Amino acid sequence: MNSSGILSIITFVYGLAGFGYIFAWIFKKKSVSKAATWVAIIGLAGNIIGIVLRWVESYQMGFGHAPLSNLYESLVFFAGTIVIIYLVIERKYNNRVIGAFVAPIAFLAMAYASLSPNISDRIQPLIPALKSNWLIAHVIACFIGYGAFAVAFGVSLMYLMKQKSSDDTGSIMNHLPDIGVLDELNHQLVMFGFLFLSAGIITGAVWANSAWGRYWGWDPKETRSLITWFVYATLLHARVMRGWRGKRTAILSIGGFAAVMFTYFGVNLLPGLHSYGSF
Amino acid sequence: MSNQAIVADPLNKIWDFFTSVRLTIVLLLTLATTSIIGTLIPQNQDPTAYFQAFGGFLYRLFDLFGLFDMYHSWWFQLLIVLLTINIIVCSIDRISANRKILFVKKPTFNLARFRNIKRKETFKDDRSADQIQEVCLAFVKRHFRHHHVEATDTGTAIYGEKGRWTRFGVYTVHLSVVLLLIGGLIGSIFGFDGWVNIPEGESVSQIRLRSQEQVLQLGFEIRCDDFDVSFYDTGAPKEFRSSLTILEQGREVVKKDIIVNDPLRYKGVSMYQSSYGKIPSNKLVLSFTSVKTGMIYTREAGLDQLLTIPEKLGTFVLKELRRSAKFRGHDIGDAYVGILSPPNADPVEILLPARFPSFDKMRKGEVVIGLGEQAQRYFTGLQVASDPGVWVVYTGFILMIIGCYITFFMSHQQICVELTASGKQTEVIVAGTANKNKTAMATRIEAAADKLAKSNPVA
Repeated sequence: MNSSGILSIITFVYGLAGFGYIFAWIFKKKSVSKAATWVAIIGLAGNIIGIVLRWVESYQMGFGHAPLSNLYESLVFFAGTIVIIYLVIERKYNNRVIGAFVAPIAFLAMAYASLSPNISDRIQPLIPALKSNWLIAHVIACFIGYGAFAVAFGVSLMYLMKQKSSDDTGSIMNHLPDIGVLDELNHQLVMFGFLFLSAGIITGAVWANSAWGRYWGWDPKETRSLITWFVYATLLHARVMRGWRGKRTAILSIGGFAAVMFTYFGVNLLPGLHSYGSF
Repeated sequence: MSNQAIVADPLNKIWDFFTSVRLTIVLLLTLATTSIIGTLIPQNQDPTAYFQAFGGFLYRLFDLFGLFDMYHSWWFQLLIVLLTINIIVCSIDRISANRKILFVKKPTFNLARFRNIKRKETFKDDRSADQIQEVCLAFVKRHFRHHHVEATDTGTAIYGEKGRWTRFGVYTVHLSVVLLLIGGLIGSIFGFDGWVNIPEGESVSQIRLRSQEQVLQLGFEIRCDDFDVSFYDTGAPKEFRSSLTILEQGREVVKKDIIVNDPLRYKGVSMYQSSYGKIPSNKLVLSFTSVKTGMIYTREAGLDQLLTIPEKLGTFVLKELRRSAKFRGHDIGDAYVGILSPPNADPVEILLPARFPSFDKMRKGEVVIGLGEQAQRYFTGLQVASDPGVWVVYTGFILMIIGCYITFFMSHQQICVELTASGKQTEVIVAGTANKNKTAMATRIEAAADKLAKSNPVA
């Protein structure tokens, strides 16, 4: 079986994990949530195997390159990053309800890659502009950042839901982590994501300088990544300097993730150097 | 009120305006939202394209706000300048307000503050006060840069501190942003950004600037020795490669093959592979048809280049391109003119009109000379740029990553281990403070207390 075959199966594994987390949360079944964790771990293993296999396949086709060069490959990597970050948090905070909000994002990314008719899963050779050692560093840094922001988005949604709910002990909202924990987790994830987003923009700028002689050119993708950076910079300053907590930072975190999505998928609005596959 | 106070008051007001973090938030969000416009309207296009796309009214409105080159418009640049002043003023203001915390030779510790901490660890130990003090001091020494033992009203306190310098992390990030902007400014004042097309085999010493309609003398020559493009089986381009030579007063100084992502740098000027194309060659393809044998010989020929025609039919030299050439009083358009020297006859002038390829047949000579398709050759398109500010920007990049890491993941920590005699036992209280991530600090204190309690081999 080839890599895209494996990865399309992983779509359903992530879907199953997400379903398990949600089911376990709503019906308060601890055993189901534990099973969901195992399903997520199996999915992640398959995700990694798929990426490695795709790398090998590209070499077999005679134009080997890291599988980080087009929309399909980036979505697959994005899904894997989200699951890794989530599993680390699950272990650290020992709370599986977060999975009900995060695993579906990984599932959607994977489903979009595997099922959308507009996304080709063919392995294509690298065009001259992408042949650079900066490709791997740039893409990995960006997507670790995006992955952290995606998890922060899920955590912020949980915050808003938990905050609205009553203190009724029977409510399923009771199983969500404590509101203060969610707020702190959101902050930690945004800091982590911000560091990697900065590194992603910087590696991109250094790369652009070595390819075109300019480190910044207000290309639509560059500008959108800067917009994302501004939104999260606002969140960090508002929280640390003005004491914004809870609802307001949760909303900013959701807004930041909207900017991430705009950066990621907005390429089709105005073609630029990042419109995957064309130069 | 004295005169000085009147002058100082508006200055203070401006200073206060720029120390506000609310201003930072407003500026960041304004920059974020307005920047979207330029990612939706293509920038720096031809005015007629905008006029067609938006119509007269919107075109004038957008043009008024500089939306067609919005990142260089006055209002966008103003926002960036305001943010820069805001960053600098805020940093200075906070450094001076916190100078007693930031710049200290010997850290001081406030026992009452540690006693007031809610999350602290307490345990009783069987060891003597001296013994436990030794263990605790060793622990603090190992994990904290500064340490200090002090007698208290009830016993002894061992203090430790580390990471005071990490408080400068955030100012490092702010400095990095200012460096990026300074580097950008240096680049736009002292740098240039241009392009040049060089046909294979030719050299240039000047380039066209992108911003103004202006040429720039480089002070050296760039020669393109060769250009190659290769393709994958799919038809997608695989590699663009130009072999370049730098010439100083006609002397070759540097030779390098450049590809995309691997430019040639010389005297602060970088040459990047950016495009390519084909132009007519300065050579022509000529065909010589022997009337006797019917053989056709094709040769490439430049001007004044002597060609020997096979079958001992003589020699041929291409002399010139004659615009609107005349033949028996008729205009036959552009024609190449050459001299044919047959072996035993006088040289004759041959006309090769571009419009009539078999024109020479009419001469009824032993050889018919025809003009084939013009040969083609590549030119390489180079981006030629110089940016003396780039090292300032790169310094900013490095500082930003380091600064973000320090700011987000490191903190200024203090620990206090208080020892109090309690009967035969010693009560040990471990408390700690951190300027950031207090939850993590509480966990660290828990672990420290656990380790100290377990260090007793008897218990």
